[in-house]
Amino acid sequence: MPESLSAELAPKLAVELGLNPSEYEHVVEILGRIPSITELYVYSLMWSEHCSYKHSRKALRMFPTTGEHVLQGPGENAGVISVGDGWAVAFKMESHNHPSAIEPYQGAATGVGGIIRDIFTMGARPIASLNSLRFGTLDKPRQRYLFEGAVAGIGGYGNCLGVPTVGGEVYFEEAYEGNCLINAMSIGLMREERLMRAVAAGVGNKILLIGSTTGRDGIGGASVLASQEFDEKAEDKRPSVQVGDPFEEKLLIEACLELLDQELLVALGDLGAAGLTSSASEMASRGGVGLDIEVTKVPQREENMKAFEIMVSESQERMLAVVTPEKLEAAQAICEKWGLLSTVIGEVTDTGNFVVRENGVIVADMPADSLADDAPIYDPAMTRPAYLDEVQAFDPATLIHPESVAELTETLLRLLSSPNICSRRWIWEQYDHQVMVNTVVLPGGDAAVLRIGDTGRGEMTTRGIAVSSDCNGRYCYLDPYRGAQIALAEAARNVACVGGEPAAITDCLNFGNPEKPEVFWTFHEAIRGLSDACTEWGIPVISGNVSFYNESFGNPIYPTPTVGLVGLIDDVSVTATVAFKDAGDVIVLVGETFDELGGSEYLKSVHGLVTGAPPALDLELEAAVQSAVRAAVRAGIAKSAHDCSEGGMAVTLAESAIAGGIGCSVYLDDDLAGVSSLFSESQSRVVLTVAEGDMDGLLEIFDANEVPFAVLGQVGGERLHIGEKIDVDLNTMKLIFEHTLEKLVGGEMQTEELFEG
Amino acid sequence: MRFGVVIFPGSNCEQDVVHAAHHLGFEAEYVFHRETDLAGFDALVLPGGFSYGDYIRCGAVARFSPVMSEVIRFAEAGGPVMGICNGFQILAEAHMLPGALLRNDTLKFICRDTTLRVEKSTCQWLDTAPGTVLHIPINHNEGNFICDHVTLSRMEDNDQIVLRYCEPDGSRAEGGSAPNGALEDIAGVCNERGNVFGLMPHPERVVDPATGGTDGQAFFTSIVGTLAKVAG
Repeated sequence: MPESLSAELAPKLAVELGLNPSEYEHVVEILGRIPSITELYVYSLMWSEHCSYKHSRKALRMFPTTGEHVLQGPGENAGVISVGDGWAVAFKMESHNHPSAIEPYQGAATGVGGIIRDIFTMGARPIASLNSLRFGTLDKPRQRYLFEGAVAGIGGYGNCLGVPTVGGEVYFEEAYEGNCLINAMSIGLMREERLMRAVAAGVGNKILLIGSTTGRDGIGGASVLASQEFDEKAEDKRPSVQVGDPFEEKLLIEACLELLDQELLVALGDLGAAGLTSSASEMASRGGVGLDIEVTKVPQREENMKAFEIMVSESQERMLAVVTPEKLEAAQAICEKWGLLSTVIGEVTDTGNFVVRENGVIVADMPADSLADDAPIYDPAMTRPAYLDEVQAFDPATLIHPESVAELTETLLRLLSSPNICSRRWIWEQYDHQVMVNTVVLPGGDAAVLRIGDTGRGEMTTRGIAVSSDCNGRYCYLDPYRGAQIALAEAARNVACVGGEPAAITDCLNFGNPEKPEVFWTFHEAIRGLSDACTEWGIPVISGNVSFYNESFGNPIYPTPTVGLVGLIDDVSVTATVAFKDAGDVIVLVGETFDELGGSEYLKSVHGLVTGAPPALDLELEAAVQSAVRAAVRAGIAKSAHDCSEGGMAVTLAESAIAGGIGCSVYLDDDLAGVSSLFSESQSRVVLTVAEGDMDGLLEIFDANEVPFAVLGQVGGERLHIGEKIDVDLNTMKLIFEHTLEKLVGGEMQTEELFEG
Repeated sequence: MRFGVVIFPGSNCEQDVVHAAHHLGFEAEYVFHRETDLAGFDALVLPGGFSYGDYIRCGAVARFSPVMSEVIRFAEAGGPVMGICNGFQILAEAHMLPGALLRNDTLKFICRDTTLRVEKSTCQWLDTAPGTVLHIPINHNEGNFICDHVTLSRMEDNDQIVLRYCEPDGSRAEGGSAPNGALEDIAGVCNERGNVFGLMPHPERVVDPATGGTDGQAFFTSIVGTLAKVAG
């Protein structure tokens, strides 16, 4: 039995480590004694919000998690779906918000590193990354520092690994000023039969720690950073941020995939939040076995480390494997080939207990499943926030709106220069988005398209996946249920625009402090909305992450349930981009525009307001529109396809014209006021272009899917001409659209000046 | 025709080079950095990536890798060697090519398509007509080519400048067309003999039309023609 702490000290330390008194009592009950210091650290981490999902677990049960493509649902390091011909993809999205708010480069870099380890742990080679970012507005130097640092960190890590960063999204809103969001998504490819689970088995098997040495970095990251709000002492938490070494990770990828290829491992797990503690106890708990670990065997990079420090260190780039004694030598030889340390630190036992020794002396002895499964589950109180009635009752018609062609044109230019709409080229040109030569549709469109193929190592196919990540936090703030549904709708619509059929999603649920009833209500509503839409459309949730406590100085961020969706494409040679192609092509709107300015970029950019009811979403109509668009793209009829989202119809047309380098002339035949017709953000709309000769084929597709549509006009010329509403030349738009972000980051201009200049 | 594609720890474009060779119907195999036997290869490619993490000067560690002394011997015997991106940096560090690659003058990593003008050179790896404009992406943080003026004029006299960044019409902008600040817009150079070639752009990314253009094909097919002539 380990040496217990004193009865006075133990409960005090428990509270300091983030356990509440009743949780501490529960630990005492499980152990039947007062815990040792190592045990207290281990429980405090494993039962932290970050590791145990104690506030969210019940709500997450609403998600549908099974479906025809699903090979592995939630509960593992990543979810896995089958993509045809024996190929499978593993994917997951995860947050690294708090570390990035303190040290943006390392925070974002290690966020990428962590999610990529989750992917190759499943036996998949990482083939693509996406990232979903939120910051405060760029007029603040601190926000520019965070944004620039996070982008550089994502690039610095991903570029070094040779994993292309193919997509993502970014928004700048005051609500994220004290608490930026860095959500990283990774996708990996494997043969179905190679699927690997992190389940320890086989009494007497060896526990092999592979990769970096262990230091004091990141101690308490999960409990200190991820499970508390920020205040003025945030800077003091800098030592809790881990430092990334992408070179080591690249070697780990190659070594681990080779170990799996040669079938040398029983199980593989990565060391993420809560380090060795979480990885080992989860593996043991899933396998119903015990583990016996000797901490002095763990290679250390600092002197005099205590047992608990070794157990909870979040030093990066480490993996834990279970190997049979017969295969140990061969496994270690592969690690050596890649220049990696590999050390036997313990073995699998039949006790069901997670035992930690220091020089043979037991310093912790805990039932393994109590760490992973016995964490308390809470039913937090919920209250509908009072602000909702006020914002939802707001009527945009009470405002004075631009009406003349000159005013409306100026408004469009203002929207194109909004940091939430302008081109993201400045970001994605810092990311290697082509390595592995499978990127069919490059960043800058609605969704990225990747060919399925084991480049230079094995078979190449003509199959593909389409990927998109989306979430409009404003909509979620104004109506969390509908906002979450729109996040999914937009991701699926983006994927439909390149011809993809949604297969499954991962999510990253970013919210404030769940112990506040108003915050928890928004969380619960968002999950309910997302679940309802997932169920209706048959799109399962196969992995994800919850990030709570995203608050600073008591103010929560906008509820931000980010959706990362993967869709399937049978033939990557038939897809579409957002760019207009040839003069004379017919421009067609699928869907309908309504008077829906609530929560719009127009209201924010022009009137400085984030209010109103967000646009309505008809789940049936949305599915029909996506189906029609997908059919048109797959038939090879659609020469371009672009989803209508922030900024409305006018911005959609402008983006397609800028991307194609060719203008258009259209007439919007609706009965709406100019601003609504142009800037309303009604859902379930896509703008397609087709050759005139293909109109009959397109109409047949519309007919079969029973979707509303309107023929708007034609591609051609060097101007964006929207009859009686907008008239502007392409170059003016292009200059504003392409250069805004770089100028804002450089601190050269504020949006307002840029526009006036 | 059999290409050897060297893998240093941290290389990450090796599979793209192999795919490009396969796509064009050539054989290609990986050569691990610990190898010291290069028998059976007709040409070698040092691919892009971050060899040994490139935590100090890019390529500065890789040049001491066991395989490099064999690569040098291979080149001295007249064997063709191409270094792409990090491979170019390694060849420069190993003094197999003139010049050095500094950090981009933008201080940012750059991944984007570029237009390149083929110069009149002795390079055995490219038989495309001088003046031709090619579209090939770059993907690097340290591609800012530099050398002293003596070296530059020697390179010019010996026709060692193979590729220059240019405007879409083939002209060079006043103040430079290089996205990274490279001296004289230089994107690729060869040694005096023309068998060792280094370039920052990634031709292997534009070989398979399914995911790019085809402007990179010549960088793999030309050397096959050159070797056939030598053999003939």
